[in-house]
Parts: sequence; structure tokens; C-alpha cells
Amino acid sequence: MALSLKINGKTQEVEADPGTPLLWVIRDELNMTGTKFGCGVASCGACTVHLNGEPVRSCQTYIEDVEDAEITTIEAIGDNAIGAAVQQAWVELDVVQCGYCQSGQVMSAVGLLSENPKPSAQEIDDYMHGNACRCATYQRIRAGIQRAADILEA
Amino acid sequence: MTVNTSRRSFLRGAAAASAVLVVGIRPDGALAAAGNPSMLTPFVQVGADGSVTAIIKHFEMGQGPSTGLTTLIAEEMGLSMDQIGYDFAPSNPQVYNNTLFGPMQGTGGSTAMANSYLQYRQAGAAARDMLLQAAADAWSVDASSLSIEDGIISGPANAAPLGQFVEAAAALDAPTEPRLKDPSEFRLIGNPDVRRLDSAAKGNGTAMFAMDIRRPNQMVAMIARPEQQRATAVSVDASGAEGTKGFISAAILPNKAGVAVFAENTWAAMQARDALSIEWDTSNAETRSSDQIEADIRTALEAEPTYNVNNADVPAVQAAIDGADTVVEENFYFPLLAHAPMEPLNCTIEQTEDGGILLHDGCQIPTIPHGAIAQIFDLPFEKVQIKTVLAGGSFGRRATPSADYQVEAALAFSLTDRSRPVHLVWSREDDLRSGYYRPAFGHKVRVGLDGSGNIVGWEHRVAGQSIMKGTPFEAFAVHDGVDHSSIEGTSDSPYQIPGAAFGLTDTEKATSTLWWRAVGHTHTAYVMEVMMDMAATAAGIDPVEFRLAYLSGDGADQTRKAGVLKLVAEKANWGNPAEGRSQGIAVHKSFGSYVAEVVEISGNADDGIRIEKVTCAVDCGVAVNPDLIKAQMEGGIGYGIGHNMRDKITLTDGVVDQFNFPDYEPLRISDIGEIEVHIVPSVEAPTGVGEPGTPPAAPALANAIAAASNLRVAALPMEDNGVFFA
Repeated sequence: MALSLKINGKTQEVEADPGTPLLWVIRDELNMTGTKFGCGVASCGACTVHLNGEPVRSCQTYIEDVEDAEITTIEAIGDNAIGAAVQQAWVELDVVQCGYCQSGQVMSAVGLLSENPKPSAQEIDDYMHGNACRCATYQRIRAGIQRAADILEA
Repeated sequence: MTVNTSRRSFLRGAAAASAVLVVGIRPDGALAAAGNPSMLTPFVQVGADGSVTAIIKHFEMGQGPSTGLTTLIAEEMGLSMDQIGYDFAPSNPQVYNNTLFGPMQGTGGSTAMANSYLQYRQAGAAARDMLLQAAADAWSVDASSLSIEDGIISGPANAAPLGQFVEAAAALDAPTEPRLKDPSEFRLIGNPDVRRLDSAAKGNGTAMFAMDIRRPNQMVAMIARPEQQRATAVSVDASGAEGTKGFISAAILPNKAGVAVFAENTWAAMQARDALSIEWDTSNAETRSSDQIEADIRTALEAEPTYNVNNADVPAVQAAIDGADTVVEENFYFPLLAHAPMEPLNCTIEQTEDGGILLHDGCQIPTIPHGAIAQIFDLPFEKVQIKTVLAGGSFGRRATPSADYQVEAALAFSLTDRSRPVHLVWSREDDLRSGYYRPAFGHKVRVGLDGSGNIVGWEHRVAGQSIMKGTPFEAFAVHDGVDHSSIEGTSDSPYQIPGAAFGLTDTEKATSTLWWRAVGHTHTAYVMEVMMDMAATAAGIDPVEFRLAYLSGDGADQTRKAGVLKLVAEKANWGNPAEGRSQGIAVHKSFGSYVAEVVEISGNADDGIRIEKVTCAVDCGVAVNPDLIKAQMEGGIGYGIGHNMRDKITLTDGVVDQFNFPDYEPLRISDIGEIEVHIVPSVEAPTGVGEPGTPPAAPALANAIAAASNLRVAALPMEDNGVFFA
């Protein structure tokens, strides 16, 4: 059946069952591949997108529940100032290694800075706990978020 | 086309096919003369517009060769890093072979920089000299009067961008011995400000991994596999999947190893797979449990080892230990471990217009799947192409001697009419339960000390499951019965230990064993460094001083290992941890590089621990990209600590007990504090950095826990000993 989703400011008609995870609609129907599949059970965070500005795991979010929401993916997060600052910090500090989890890391980092513009290391750890990085780029993620906070403050 | 499902002879087929592959791309510019004006050497492509592309023969799983090898070309060609791009090489084992692997193209063993350093510099230097010669011809001056900087060729009276001379340069013969820059001329090699070339794309979602390949009209395939290895599919009833929107079909793979499910998209494939009813033949299936694997290993350790690895006089060593003032002994056990790269395994396979096969893959050892696919489709080697794309991690998993997932994709594709590309996708559960693991190992060590605390004997038995035996790699990795990957880091350690005897016994495999980041060093470094610590404690000597006593020789192996040990001790303020903290140290050589680490923790085994800081010193020869080296140490430390803290794969009656990350918990950001990396300045040839950061991390942590708690963790993971993160 057809459902209407508002993704990155654009309304998209998708032909999928209401119980389909948002992740697979984004990746396979809309072919927006920046949002990643890592575990399918909301335990790695690679599939993180924003629903009305809040990070959620798209692999455990069903499209029937998000018809009225503003969905933002990694493809558009750089359009807002916090997203742009995080992406700039990520490049300055070369946070990434394999990079597969980093779309999710960036989306969560933007969520954190949106509600806490100057997070401490402990607050970063608490907030980012659910985003796994198998390359263990964690100390650069921590530094990247603090650098983004500085960029935004300047 | 016939389908040949025998895997056994594919490597021989690949070798035979590659032997007749005389490829036109040669460093002498022959291809350029033949109508492709851009290929100055196999490793450098220059467009008519002057755009330069480095052709990277190693795959990128995050360890950085795309930046590293591009740096080498840019250095010799006089380019800035923003004037050069990169592309991954096609599969061609004659031109793009790993010089340390023989006639095989592939990435592994932390060899990317070690085997490319001179090759890529020479390629860049040859391209530079050809461009300078072409400019010299155009300007009627001597080439020695010209230089190139930031892409501009300049001489006494002229200056022009290199792009003006590409066509003329391509018609020249490549110099046989181009002049390499003297290290004093380096602007990029060793420059800590050189950044990764893939950071922006990986931070904004535009980087294309294999999982992101979208071919026109492609379908998704997933494989239903048996719960026990070596069970085979007998029949499949797909009626339960008929109602799944997007389900196409299901069929048993030609080798009976599973059932392929085809669907219009990934979600449909997942749902349809769950709805299949499959009958399995388990008569030859694996039924052992991990308890049995451990019991086999522990039993083997009690017997005289099959192989006397270092031809030691074992009775004399045993007598020395028996007569020692103090004997320190311990039995160690290391469980199966999964690699769990972030991107689940996947690849896309399609038929080309000329009837060949094209594979899109984050491909670690292209020569193996290349040969396997040619064999399966009965095609000549040159009719198969592999397009290598970014890999979301590997840690060894994307390189299997059997090309397991690429063969699955090919076999699934062979079931179709080949009109639609097939994207084979694994789930996380498929990955953790696939049966390819770091093998289980045990060690039994006895160390004798005299009254002054000197080692008088070291008897060291290793027992476990060989990685290399029974694979095409056996011929070069197994000598006189000893699989070097089982004992690397023990008998070949730079430590000069008097009266040492190293023995090895192979135990039977119950799963497919596979190299895992740092391979044998993952367990040997732990045992060597925990035993050193235990012996130092028994001797009442500082652990750093104790180790240095066995590194006092003036060989490079000893001085370099001692060098990183002393450096890390100084930088970590060894012996003076902050209030409430405990330190542990370890040092190990692997893949040609020397790494020492100090782990500083708060807490203890009873109350839980926090890793406050890790200090690392690395000597990997010339540091080509210092910041990438630091990143690999940081990541390698996290990989070692995370798994050894809490992960293991276990089997019950041959069935893997773990399903997904909740039962194979990754290291999390809150689990690890600051990591500080120091690089030893060196003019030695560059060696690996992808793996060497991992081996010292777990023993340094174990030694810190012992300092805090008087608990020696000898059977991993640490959580099984009651040690948790606070």
C-alpha cells in the first residue's frame, strides 16, 4: 500500500507494507544509502536518523508510525548549522576509519549537541553509548563532538 | 555455460589462468602508446586535463591505504594532496599482486605499506620523470634543469602545468630506475598534517560501500544456512513465503550448503527467508560443543607437544626449571572470537554484455574469488572482473581461503537466468553465526627463576586449531608441520630467553578457523606478556627492568623493542600512577612493528574497572602518515580490549549460541578513555600498523588488573573471571 513520508523536507510516496522498517524504505525504496544497516535490532546505531529532530534507530521504526513526522537523514543533516559543524569537525580530526558507522555517529552527535551545546566527556559517553564503532574511533568521536561545540560557539 | 560447484581446485584454476594472463599494462608505458594516453605506470593515471589518479592495489577497510599509497605518488610527483585522487585497482594478480604474497593480489598481514612503499614511490617518480622529459623536449632544455611542484613544471625560462605534457609523456619509455627523493626532500611523507582522503565522504553519507551498490533491476539474495556446519539442504518448501510482498523465489544452492532466497529488496528477503521450511541432512554436521573444544585443548597441553618448534633440548629445559629456586606457571585459554565488521558481508554479482561476470565487492583478496568465480561459471580468468569498493571493516573476515561469501553469491547467481544483478546480503546474525572464527588456543607455561630472579628455563606449550592447514596457504605458512600462525610471537620473539622450549600440538577444528586482527599474536602476546609480568613479580623486579634484561642484546630486534618499552614507560610516567589508579604494561613485536602499551585503570576486579588512559609507543619504521598510524594504534587497542574484556563465541552441540550484538557486545565509547600514541622516529623501511596495536592491549590490561586486584586472568574473556567495566 502507498504511504506518504516526509524525508529531508520532501514528501515521498512509498509502496510498502505499513510494518516495514523505515531503514529499508530509505535504503531500498528511495535508494538513499547513507543510512546504514548494521544489526537490525537497534543495538549498533548505524541506522540512526532524526524524527522531528530526535535521533531514532530506523531499523526498529516502522513506517506506519512516522507518517506525520519530519524525517531527516545523513544526506540532509549538513543543511543545518549543527550538522555542518559536526561534519566539519569530523574532517578536521579525521574521525573516521572504515566509516560504515559514521553516518549514525554524526546523526547522534547532532542530536546531542541540539539538546546540550557544551557536553562534557561523561555526557558524550552517556549519550553516544548506543552507537558502536567496530574500528573503535571513540576518542576521536569524543574530540569531534567537543570540536563541533567550539565551532558552533565561535 | 556450465556450473562447476567444486571449490577444491579453484586456486589451481586461478593460478593456471593467471599464468597465461600477459597484461598490456606495464610500467614501460606500452598501454599508453596503444591508445590510452593516461596510464603512465600501472599505479598512476593522468588525464589530458592534468588530473592525476593513484591506482590503489589494496582495499580500504579503514586502515588507510587509499590515503597512504596516494601520499607516496603525490610525494614523488610533486603534487599537493588536493591535486590527486585515487581509484581501486582492477583484479589483476600479475600487475597488482602483493609482492609479499607472490602472484596474488590482496591485503592482509599489515603489508599494504610495507610492500608498496618503494613500488609506489618508483611509479610516481617514473611518471614525474616522463613528464619532465616531455617538458624538456618541448622547451628544448635539459630535463635536469626542470622541477615540479604543486603540479607545475618549471625551468629556467618556462613554467606550465603538467597536464600540457601528458600526451607526449605517454609516448616515452618509462625510466628503469627513476630517482627517488631523498628523505630530506619529503614534504608529505612523515607530515602529520596530511589528512585522510575519505573523511568527508564518510562523514556525510556519500561514501559507497558494497552494501550501497545499486545496479539497474538488481534483486537481493539471502541464504538460509544450516545451524550446524556441514549440514546440507535436502528440500525446501517456500509456500510460507508466497505471501511476502517482494518475494521472488527460493532454491537450494548447487553445493547444498544452503537455500538462496531471492526478493525485490532486503526486507522482503529477510521475511521470506524466515518463512521457509527447510529439511536439512545433519548426518555429517558438526555436533561438538565449545566445552569439548576447550577440553581437547587442555588435554593436549598436558602431553608432550607434537612439534618441538625451536628444536629445544626439552629435558634439559625441564630439569633447569625443576631445579630453579622459584617456578611460575600458568595455563591459559582463549575462546573462539568473531570479527564482526560493522558492514555485514555482502557483494553484488552481474553478467556483463560479453557474457563475463562482474563482481562489486569490498574485496580483500581479489585473486581468490576471481578464480573461484571463473571456475563456477567455467569462464576464462580474463572474463571475470572485480570492482573493489569501500569495505566497512574486515579485521580479517573479508579474506577467506574459500572466498566463502563471494562463492555463495556466484552459486546463487548461477541459479538465476542472469538477467538481473544479484546483491547477496548477510544479516548480523549470519555474520556472527557463520562459523569463521579466531580459533581457540591454550598455552601452558612454566618459568624457572634463580635466587637472583633470573630466568633459567621457560617451557611453553601451545595447543589449538591451525588456521592454515587444509587451505591453499598451507604451502607457505606451514613448515615441518608447524603452522607459523599458531606460534608467531613466541619462539620468534626478540626476547633472548635462556633455556626456552616452545612446543605445538594441533587440535581438531570444529569450525572454520580464520585469521583475526593480529592472528596468532592475539593469544601469544597475551601469554608472553602476562608470564613476563608474573615472573617479574615473583622475582621482585620492576616489570620494565625485568623485560629489558632480556632485550639487552645489540641486535635491531632487541634495541627497537627495548626502545618502545622505554619510551612508553617514560611517557606514561610508569611506576607513578595517579591516586586510585593502577598500571599494566606490555610490549610485543608483530608484522615487523614494535608496540608497547601502558594501560592505566581505576577500580579493581571486585568493584569494576575503568580504563582511564592508554599510552602507546610504536616503531613501524618510516612513519608515512603519522596521524593514520596513531588512528590505527587507537583502533587496534580498542579492538584488543573490547573482545578480551567480554566477548566469546560458544557452541552447543555444534550450534553457535550467539545471535547479534546484544550477545557479542562491542566495545562502547564509555568503555575506554584517552589514548595517547607516540611514534618512534625511524629511517627503517615502513612496516605494518593495522594489526600491531592490538596484541599488547589485552595483556597490558590484564597486568593492570593484577596490579589492582591480585587477580591473574588466564582464561578469557575477562568478564568470565568476574571483571567488569564499572
